[in-house]
Amino acid sequence: MQCLTINDAIGQAIAEEMRRDSNVMMFGEGVATKRVDLLNEFGGRRIRNTPLAEGIIAGAAVGASAMGMRPVIDLLFAPFMTLAMDELVNSAGKLRYMSGGQFKFPLVAMAMTGTGWTVGAQHNHNLEAWFVHSPGLKVVMPSTAADFKGLMKSAIRDDNPVLFFVEMAMTFDSGEVPDGEHLVPLGKAAVRRAGSDVTLISYGKSVRACEAAASQLAEKGVFAEVIDLRSLKPLDEAAILASAKKTGRVVVVHEANRMCGVGAEIAAILAEKAFVALKAPVLRITSPDVPAPSSYPLELAFAPQADAIATAAASLFESDQKAVREIQSS
Amino acid sequence: MTEAVEPGALRGMLENMLTIRAYEEKAAAMQAVGQAAGTCTSVGQEAAAVGVVAALGAEDLILTNHRSAGHLLARGADPARIYAEVLGKATGYCKGKSGSLHVSAKELGVVLTSTIVGAELSLAAGVGLASSMQGRNNVVACFFGDGAASEGSFHESLNLAAVWKLPILYVCENNQWQAFVHRRETMPMDHISDWAASHGMPAASVDGNDVEAVYRAAQAGIAHIKTTGQPYFLETWTYRTRGHYEPDDQGYVDPDELAAWRAQDPIDRLQRKLDLDAVEIQVIQKRVAQRIEKAWNEAIAAPYPALADLTSDVYA
Repeated sequence: MQCLTINDAIGQAIAEEMRRDSNVMMFGEGVATKRVDLLNEFGGRRIRNTPLAEGIIAGAAVGASAMGMRPVIDLLFAPFMTLAMDELVNSAGKLRYMSGGQFKFPLVAMAMTGTGWTVGAQHNHNLEAWFVHSPGLKVVMPSTAADFKGLMKSAIRDDNPVLFFVEMAMTFDSGEVPDGEHLVPLGKAAVRRAGSDVTLISYGKSVRACEAAASQLAEKGVFAEVIDLRSLKPLDEAAILASAKKTGRVVVVHEANRMCGVGAEIAAILAEKAFVALKAPVLRITSPDVPAPSSYPLELAFAPQADAIATAAASLFESDQKAVREIQSS
Repeated sequence: MTEAVEPGALRGMLENMLTIRAYEEKAAAMQAVGQAAGTCTSVGQEAAAVGVVAALGAEDLILTNHRSAGHLLARGADPARIYAEVLGKATGYCKGKSGSLHVSAKELGVVLTSTIVGAELSLAAGVGLASSMQGRNNVVACFFGDGAASEGSFHESLNLAAVWKLPILYVCENNQWQAFVHRRETMPMDHISDWAASHGMPAASVDGNDVEAVYRAAQAGIAHIKTTGQPYFLETWTYRTRGHYEPDDQGYVDPDELAAWRAQDPIDRLQRKLDLDAVEIQVIQKRVAQRIEKAWNEAIAAPYPALADLTSDVYA
């Protein structure tokens, strides 16, 4: 086991895949400047800086991927992806279907997002659900160094366009990464903590808040299961349903805005497919419908925190306790 | 460097232009009687498609746009399969999943057709990048209009191609119309080649209704790309003589301007240049008409996609 920062785990994944497959290349604004190790090993044809122009960075990746390359592009911050939406959504997401399957687009588009660096709403916008809502794309948002490496490798090998979101506040956090070949499949959630009473479903750094909330709940005798989705599309519906059916209580947690976020989809899946197993309403703990703030205390208030998650989870037991009290008093 | 294009080759170009004209006029006529959805034609601009594609080699690639029939037919596409695509039939080049607006035919090297104006420029950079990375030594011809040149992707694409030395032949069909807006309302000068030159690449503007001139200019551009490995820009100065799409009454078009350009029709001009007699022209026209009629009938008779294809080909 090695200990790597998330940034280095991503770099190691890309380096391994570039050694494995000569069609893998990487470009973006500052890529060759910041990933000197990759530049030194693979040279300036495969590791490139680009003009500061997200549309053409993405367009070049889409066109090159259709012709057999496997580009990884760094679009820096998620809100900058709005300048590449035509290329990512209309071209990469749709042209396979619209051409009757003549093309495939094996590309990875990375961007950072999330609170923690007080950069404000034009550098931090958790817009992952936009891409989940767009056919033809895959979306991942890991939470551990091992998963960043393993999912990046799988994303590069996947024949479809993958949006790869990186929590900027976690970029230089360290974590254990298995030695040797380490692949994490797209579309598979991970159970971070097993529990029997309530399920906390999350992704990205909100998983950490859920784990902290689970510790708080355990002190009160409530055993929470924490599910890290890792991939948002494909979504691991089986893992979601299995845990919900086991515990009967679910809180979905994400930093993205509430309305039509991934949490809304999960709540709908549970209503459709696990209704009879639910002992309480599905709750969502999300950011409010406001642009991400830049002031640090406001960032903390914006993003889901452990206390709020624990309180929400505990509230799901109140109706039971009320019922018990009613039975006891009758 | 002005050796004549041999008459046989020019006659082939004439037949190709007549085929495109007949294909598009039939599509418009069928729309008018409710048998086909609206379509975007390139009537009046056929010399660009035919002249440039004639200069390309088999290994070269083409990106086109919503006005694609000319480029496809010039590349040897089967009109029955394009009609089938327009009609949403399973035998279309895209299994009926494109419709008229984004027809790709990878088997012909016509790739990644997008109807988002400007997307062809963005994607061409990537196709050129792949050619460069893979050492294919081919040329990527990207067809677009003056409308697309007004998109940011035009400048982003030309800049990247120049900086990265991508083997792209940019072909701007300056047809004077950006949907329903005349080009002169949208730009301070006339020629897109002026913009291209400022991106550090050689840029030429050619009489786009003279197929021989277009062919020669494309050859020169391709030679430049092959010799230097750098992109080249070719503007064809032409005119869209039908509407933006069918139906379109063109009530917004200055009739004098339209008449002046119709007098410069590229097919008429080549017929005059070749000095064919009436019988020869009739023979060609009849052959073309029969081919188009047969193609339409084949497309009409073709099956629609299976309903299961609604959800196929989304992911690889």
